[in-house]
Amino acid sequence: MATLLKPDPTFYPSPRLASEAPAETLGYMVTFDPTGKQPDALVTVDLDPKSKTFTKAVHTLAMPNVGDELHHFGWNACSSALCPYAPHPHIERRYLLVPGLRSSRIYVIDTKPDPRAPKVVKTIEPEEIASRAGYSRPHTIHCGPDGIYVSALGNADGDAPGGIFVLDHDTFAVKGRWELDRGPQRLAYDFWWHLGYDTLISSEWGTPKMVEDGVNGEILLAGGYGHQLHIWDLPRRRHRQALDLGKEQQMVLELRPAHDPTKAYGFVGVVTSLADLSASVWVWHQEGGAWKVEKVIEIPAEPAPAEQLPEILKPFGAVPPLVTDINLSLDDHWLYVSAWGTGEIKRYDVSDPFKPRETGSVRLGGIVGRAALNGSGDLSGGPQMVEVSRDGKRVYLTNSLYRSWDEQFYPDGIKSWLVKLDAGEDGSLKADSDFFVEFEQRTHQVHLEGGDASSDSYCYP
Amino acid sequence: MTQALWPWAAFALLGAYHGINPGMGWLFAVARGLQQQTRRAVLTSLLPIAAGHEASIVAAVLAVAFTEHVVPPHTVRLLAALTLVGFGVYTLARPRRHPRGSGMRVGAAGLAWWSFLMASAHGAGLMLAPVLLGMPVADQYSDLRSLTGTAFAAAGIHVVTMLAVMALVSVLVYEKLGLGFLRRSWFNLDLAWSGALLLSGTVTLVTA
Repeated sequence: MATLLKPDPTFYPSPRLASEAPAETLGYMVTFDPTGKQPDALVTVDLDPKSKTFTKAVHTLAMPNVGDELHHFGWNACSSALCPYAPHPHIERRYLLVPGLRSSRIYVIDTKPDPRAPKVVKTIEPEEIASRAGYSRPHTIHCGPDGIYVSALGNADGDAPGGIFVLDHDTFAVKGRWELDRGPQRLAYDFWWHLGYDTLISSEWGTPKMVEDGVNGEILLAGGYGHQLHIWDLPRRRHRQALDLGKEQQMVLELRPAHDPTKAYGFVGVVTSLADLSASVWVWHQEGGAWKVEKVIEIPAEPAPAEQLPEILKPFGAVPPLVTDINLSLDDHWLYVSAWGTGEIKRYDVSDPFKPRETGSVRLGGIVGRAALNGSGDLSGGPQMVEVSRDGKRVYLTNSLYRSWDEQFYPDGIKSWLVKLDAGEDGSLKADSDFFVEFEQRTHQVHLEGGDASSDSYCYP
Repeated sequence: MTQALWPWAAFALLGAYHGINPGMGWLFAVARGLQQQTRRAVLTSLLPIAAGHEASIVAAVLAVAFTEHVVPPHTVRLLAALTLVGFGVYTLARPRRHPRGSGMRVGAAGLAWWSFLMASAHGAGLMLAPVLLGMPVADQYSDLRSLTGTAFAAAGIHVVTMLAVMALVSVLVYEKLGLGFLRRSWFNLDLAWSGALLLSGTVTLVTA
């Protein structure tokens, strides 16, 4: 791999400096074929308002296989390459690592020389991940200071434990399982870290067998999906503490630690509460050496007539908000919360993380609401994956969750879209009615050229 | 006297070079200062970093001195040349090797150990070999003790210069410059260093 003479220009020592980065001109988005017959794709979307092809999908890269179910993805290298204890600033941010959540393959996709038309240059096969790390169903990718970290939902048989494995950031070889001592951790989903505190946080969804055929009512009502956070010693690779949110808090998903490495707190979304179908956001934080967690946002379920509800919700007579993704702006000031069930994205001022204040909201789609965007007609799906630009001014949204779960909550099918919202400095949130892109396949995570609010981590405040 | 001065100047210059390289320590000191929000943390990080670096240099220099004592000068030069070239090729082929298991919250001992590993992986001490070999050590000193003395003095002058440069750069960056300039000015010193290893290895080989 090439070595640069100066640091990659997209690396920033601190989130503050990164927020001054130029606006993105391209976005990468994964899409998947819900029938599993056509190859999934990485779509390049033109995000440059000065361009003639603005808002258009300018390139579609089909994967070499079918049935991958592309989901989340990440970069080979990012601003953490500037960290002082393992500096390698002359590596390029160049390759996207794109896992198939169902197939367990990971594609290495080169975004150079033509960033609009990336190419698959390597495929990491499930057998290599299974034999070298003992895992399958790779999910979250984070470029770490000393390698590429990948979380996996389960072991090679689709059972617990899920966990984290590491890829070499030059050769992409699977280096092995990350955990030396996993303590009581069995379930896995997302992970991220506080580099300034040598601490990794991981969250819990369910094993592949618990999620791949759809949400399982029996497991759910028994509180069997994940309801804990795990705190790890990052350099020593050891479990330190489990934080239980309570068994009724089902599916603890996306983790958004403060970007500022001197701050020891972060936000996590919970999909649903068995008590009242509400969704919530919690803050974990360090207090006198120990980590604690507390609920700071609760979003109630919305009553609805049974005939408007899909089978799975008829007995409850309500639409659960289903918080499935959240995102934190680089200045740690604004939190965006997707309620995929009710079809709403909410914006909170979290400058005091313990007292979030809702400042804006936009309704799009929703199980019952089907809220439209100016002239779009009824929208299906709801705000799901949310990505925030480095300057914090633009928010991108897509509307599919996970194939088998899409069918349960949106049985009429999902017509996928990508929407842009404008985030005002006053806390407002407005959908850009000129930015509405529809896709044949289902859309999932979006990442922005050069980095965004969920792609990079920093060692300096 | 002038004849004996140039090796010491070379040790000092190499020390200054390591002092200015962000990957060798000053950046870590600044990061700790920023994390703990006190200049004290910058300053107290410098000594352990210098100590680890010194240990690595001493080990390399002692190895050269001892080898020089027991094998003929020609063979020592050949060995040193091959090691330098080998290290140059290795650092070119795997440019991003770094010690694992470190983090932002290491204590003084952890910092020294990190610096020792970083300097060793970098081949920092190796570079002193050709200079040492250029000094007529074997002719002047017949016993191991004086050899060791020279080795320590060489490593000492290297590390004192390094420490002085590190202190200057890290305080300047912490207090005045900030880290933004890193984006433009962090030249690929590792690439230059690989080149220097190859060059000095070749020169040593040719003059062996």
